[in-house]
Amino acid sequence: MINHIAQWVLPFAVTIVFSAGSVKGLKVFELFRRGAEKGLATVYSIFPTVVALVVAVTMLRESGAIGLIADVFSPVASFLGIPSEIIPIGLLTTVSGGGSLSLFRDVLKNDGPDSFIGQVSSVLMGATDTTFYAVSIYFGAVGIKKTRHTLLAGLAADFTSLVLSSFFVKLFL
Amino acid sequence: MMNIILPAMFVLSFICAVLTGRMSELSYAVASGGTAAVELLLNLIAAMCFWGGIMEVAEHSGLTAVLSKIVSPLLKLIFPRLRKEKYTLEAISMNVTANMLGLGNAATPLGLEAMKRLQDINADTDRASDEMVLFVVMNTAAMRIIPTTVATLRAQYGSAEPMSVMLPTLLTTASSLCVGITVAGLGCFLKRRAGDKL
Repeated sequence: MINHIAQWVLPFAVTIVFSAGSVKGLKVFELFRRGAEKGLATVYSIFPTVVALVVAVTMLRESGAIGLIADVFSPVASFLGIPSEIIPIGLLTTVSGGGSLSLFRDVLKNDGPDSFIGQVSSVLMGATDTTFYAVSIYFGAVGIKKTRHTLLAGLAADFTSLVLSSFFVKLFL
Repeated sequence: MMNIILPAMFVLSFICAVLTGRMSELSYAVASGGTAAVELLLNLIAAMCFWGGIMEVAEHSGLTAVLSKIVSPLLKLIFPRLRKEKYTLEAISMNVTANMLGLGNAATPLGLEAMKRLQDINADTDRASDEMVLFVVMNTAAMRIIPTTVATLRAQYGSAEPMSVMLPTLLTTASSLCVGITVAGLGCFLKRRAGDKL
């Protein structure tokens, strides 16, 4: 049901924006082009940041660093009632959406989507976004160098998700 | 920030590769990492262009103003100093709405537009304003109401109830968003108090 509603959102948004513009007698195509050009310029300005970050994340994953850090955290995790299989997903989701998605697929395949681990990782994946990526892209786009405590607050939010995902799954499912 | 994080990531990867004996994998990662970036970028270019265009049309047709009126009461609570900055609030409203609907591809371009507008009213263009810190933190914590991607994947792998995780997801997101906003706000508050004393 909800999936069906979700399918409607994008086409509806595009249709309503263009019809509203046409009804107002605007030159919608010229406006669209102008906005799209601005978007293109933004991509150009963030590309160097994206390249550096993606290479760094790929290296971090392939070097086994994520696995080692997860091992260090696993005693703390078991104390907080977090299944240790979730830690790598929680760590990767802060740096790379694609990386955590492939780990998530592995969990769904191996443990099944309705197992405890499958449910907790589903909640975690739905409740978090790539913190490092967002912080570097958003500030990179406007040339801000001093990001102050943004990263700290973002990671605090991620940590909250990590702890609460298993808690809420235990409570409701 | 990136001046510290980037070298830290490289050094950590190198040390871990030495410890785990995965130098050949690491070497492959260095050689092929750029390609992965281009793939990501190809997706981003299309989304940035398309949603940049949509934003421009929506703005001129007055739709963003309508949307902003609906979302702004809440936003004005989080960003009290933007009360009078209608133009900036409109972009933030668009980004927040796209996020809530789970439209990640649309949310990023709209969010970057909002950042540009926040930068236009920023006193020190090198340093993030309080509003920027808050806004980026909101974007790092997903503000999704419907976890579409997760549900689709769960269905694909044979879940009996793909949407069963919706309530726990919503509560987790909401709590982490609150923590993020609190830490961000607290940091700004402490900084301001420290600034007053000096």
